[in-house]
Amino acid sequence: MKNQSVKKNIDWICVIIYSVLVIMGWLNIYSSSLSSMEGTSNKQLMFIVLTIPLIFILLFVDGKFYEKYASVIYVIGLLSLAGLFVFGKTIKGQANWYSFGSFGIQPSEFVKSATALALAKYLSDSQINLKDVNRQFQVLSILGLPILLIVFHDPGSALIYCFLIIVLYREGLPAWYIWTVFIAILLFVLTLILQPQYVILLAFITTVIVYWRSRLANRNIIASTLLFTLMSGFVFSVNYVFENVFKQHHRDRFNILLGKTVDLKGIGYNTNQSEIAIGSGGWFGKGFLEGTQTKGGFVPEQHTDYIFTTVGEEWGFVGSVVVVALFVTLFLRIIYLAERQKTKFSRVYGYCTAAILFIHFFVNIAMVIGIFPTIGVPLPFFSYGGSGLWGFTILLFIFLKMDANKVNEW
Amino acid sequence: MRKLLLPSIIIVAASLLLIRIFYLQVINDTFKLKSENNAIKIKYEYPERGYIYDRNGKLLVANQASYDIMVIPREIKNLDTVEFCQLLDITKDDFLKKIAKAKIFSPRLPSVFLAQLNKSEYAAFQEKIRKFEGFYVQKRSLRDYEVDFGANIFGFITQVNEGIIEKNPYYKSGDLIGKQGVEEYYEEILRGIKGVKYIQKDKYNREIGSYKNGRYDTIAVQGEDINLTIDAEIQRYGEQLMINKRGGIVAIEPKTGEILALVTAPSYDPSILVGRQRSKNYTLLYHDSIAKPLYDRGLLAEYPPGSPFKIMTGLVALQEGAIDENTTVFCHHGFSYARGRFMRCHCHGGALQLHRGIYESCNAYFGTAYMRTINKYVKPSYAVDVWSKHVKSFGLGQFMGYDLPTGRRGNIPDSKTYKRIYPNGGWRSTAIVSNGIGQGEVLMTPIQLANMMATVANEGYYYTPHIIKKIKGGTIDPKFKEKHVTTINKELFKPIISGLFDVYNLGTARGVRVEGIDICGKTGTAENYTKIDGKRVKLQDHSIFVAFAPKDNPKIAIAVLVENGGFGSTIAGPIASLMIEKYLRKKITRTDLEKRILETSLRDRYAILGGMKEASAIESSPKDSVLKKRVFQPKTVSTTATKDSTPKIN
Repeated sequence: MKNQSVKKNIDWICVIIYSVLVIMGWLNIYSSSLSSMEGTSNKQLMFIVLTIPLIFILLFVDGKFYEKYASVIYVIGLLSLAGLFVFGKTIKGQANWYSFGSFGIQPSEFVKSATALALAKYLSDSQINLKDVNRQFQVLSILGLPILLIVFHDPGSALIYCFLIIVLYREGLPAWYIWTVFIAILLFVLTLILQPQYVILLAFITTVIVYWRSRLANRNIIASTLLFTLMSGFVFSVNYVFENVFKQHHRDRFNILLGKTVDLKGIGYNTNQSEIAIGSGGWFGKGFLEGTQTKGGFVPEQHTDYIFTTVGEEWGFVGSVVVVALFVTLFLRIIYLAERQKTKFSRVYGYCTAAILFIHFFVNIAMVIGIFPTIGVPLPFFSYGGSGLWGFTILLFIFLKMDANKVNEW
Repeated sequence: MRKLLLPSIIIVAASLLLIRIFYLQVINDTFKLKSENNAIKIKYEYPERGYIYDRNGKLLVANQASYDIMVIPREIKNLDTVEFCQLLDITKDDFLKKIAKAKIFSPRLPSVFLAQLNKSEYAAFQEKIRKFEGFYVQKRSLRDYEVDFGANIFGFITQVNEGIIEKNPYYKSGDLIGKQGVEEYYEEILRGIKGVKYIQKDKYNREIGSYKNGRYDTIAVQGEDINLTIDAEIQRYGEQLMINKRGGIVAIEPKTGEILALVTAPSYDPSILVGRQRSKNYTLLYHDSIAKPLYDRGLLAEYPPGSPFKIMTGLVALQEGAIDENTTVFCHHGFSYARGRFMRCHCHGGALQLHRGIYESCNAYFGTAYMRTINKYVKPSYAVDVWSKHVKSFGLGQFMGYDLPTGRRGNIPDSKTYKRIYPNGGWRSTAIVSNGIGQGEVLMTPIQLANMMATVANEGYYYTPHIIKKIKGGTIDPKFKEKHVTTINKELFKPIISGLFDVYNLGTARGVRVEGIDICGKTGTAENYTKIDGKRVKLQDHSIFVAFAPKDNPKIAIAVLVENGGFGSTIAGPIASLMIEKYLRKKITRTDLEKRILETSLRDRYAILGGMKEASAIESSPKDSVLKKRVFQPKTVSTTATKDSTPKIN
């Protein structure tokens, strides 16, 4: 019996962590919606119950199916994103919903799995060498297409895809891609904090120091100059984009974060309130259903993107550590399993799974505790919402199925 | 090694999150405090506002105790509404409205239910306060005015509005804040800092003592007393003289830049904006768009100054070498400054030198002097910039930086101004000649006029006018001790001053001499128009007078503006001379003149304005169209009657 082997071979550690996280998530949604949003927790309970047949379907499907139809799934995913431009419905400022009566579906939550499959499929070809510029271009296009389609509705999700570059690095993408992204982020943040001219001065000094410190054979005045020019150009364009292309509410989010603006009632309200709620939790929290900030409804969107505030307030530092630890264990476990895979396809897919889950986790919590700009990214398995929950479940259980299957393949 | 990047990132990132969460939850206590506003009651202790004294130490503004009834809507229980309303003398409708308003603000935060009860009202309420759960009394101090003048200088105290609470976290609903005048400008000094007491409550809402032994409590910091540079005696006298007139008086001590008097008329008794009648009275003042009692004419009334500006024209022409003391101009009751263009003049005519030019206020002389200044350079745009720079060195055409919250820039045109008016260029000195006699594009406020006279009195320097003399336990802004030197050489002031001196002896102000005080002055007239029933109607001129005295070692520089007062010498001149006499001699010898001024009422003249619906009906005409008229009449350049906007009020 196939099912028997799945039962025997599936990684129960992941399944248990997954279940614990989903249940904890529901308890917190229940608490945060108790006073003001009746029915929310019941709806979420229904979504959770519906994941059970979903998981069974995922596990029953033949392991080869995903590899075989990866490209088809990817194309369907892209079409569903493109369709948003025509049929998309705007909910909470983001036009990334399809609406069916009283239910809405967010295709972007599912396209994440599709993209992971497509990447895995492309890289599974043993002929592919990511040192080749053509290959680099192709693989980055696989990432770039969904980004292009989603960035206008939902810049937060676009960021998620960008992070997948880390998987490509694992599979042999030259290191300078990572460095470029890293330096770009650094310059971006510095430009917002300091005046552009100081950042350029800083870049210049760094370039000169690197030049002097490097071995004589490696010194290349032209390359250094070019590098410096590129950095300066980037700094200026960041400054330009920030001042002229960004909308005021985007700018506000960054300015609040960088402490440039203090506005506790306006745009800074969310972050301030979520910090208060978390901060008031102390070591052990106020106890389940006892959170005064949660009850008072001070934190907006608490059951979705700000669900972690309930954890912080009602379960305290101890509860926060438990949640963070569970997530980290899950990520490391997935990476461990991925490295153990016999096929490149499932390894890459596993890596993508870990990377996607991790970046959601990090961006969400960092935003809630005020060290990242406000971006609408859900906390996996925790945040309220059917699309999100199912999307992450599909992502994870496709991998668990591949992992369970590896014995059969031998 | 590539395998290790993602796991390392995950571990580093998770640690980062935990460190920040640890900081928020364990190290930093303030969040806990903020969240416990349910379990912790915050009590504020409001310090008394600082007192306000005049330059001689006379107390002008003190405080009185007042009591606000505060409400926390969520905590109202078992209220006997009928008794409650009877006790406070309000209707049930009122009661419901106020509660609804408080609920909208916040059901769990206190807001003011009824403001500014007096002692006896408070005593009656306090007796029964135990019956009224959800209400409590907050003691505050209110202003107690010792004088019935100076409302424009003091400003007033009002409750903060939503906008202020949002902008400045110090203020909470129901707090008081100074608006207008020194109450606004020196708010933080006068206000002090309120004290906060955190009181721990148990779950039955009983107070069980101070939270964490008062670790977060702060003690109220008393507001500081201030001395103004105002001389209460001449301030009062100035307001008295201006009764039944509209306008402003600004008096400055030239040696220091201290404002001795800042009168606006009509004004109001400051004490009407205190107590339970406050909002009714304020509404009345605020909606009086005709007389505008809340509008400080001394600071805001912007007009072409007319003849007093000839002082500037003369000084700049001397500095630029365009004329000297002996330059003679022939006046044919006017002069023809370009083909077919004639500027009229009311002086006695004939050949004039600078001296007589000033005291007879000859348009021909100063029109000529101005044109020579401009024609000195090949390019008129360059010349007008040179001229403009000289004039601006007197602090004109800009916000002067004084310590009162309202003001107007005035206007001193430069080449940019004319580039706007004549985008194609081609203008010459003839097009802008009216600047020379204080018309054209030149605009000044009374305080700028007074500052100009102070600078002339000092022969070339001034201190930024200011109203603060002393802050108890503090120092005044060092910028008020900074000497501003003009670009005009000191010796060039002599001939101008001597001309101004003879305005009283031989010239336009002969009638208002004061025996024994050497006054230097200058009359002025500003034309103004309004629209009545859609027609442009010329109104009686605004009467302007500027002066300083005594001629040697000047003690006071003054500017007087009386709206629709006619010639400068008929009403503004006498007021200026009475003010000077009062300040220098402390008494008035010319009681008949004083009586005449006190009895003069311009109400009839203002009645015509009273017929208008809106202040906005007052129009300004395009300036260049007037300039193109064949015969140039010196006073017909549009001067908007009241070019002001509504006073800045929240």
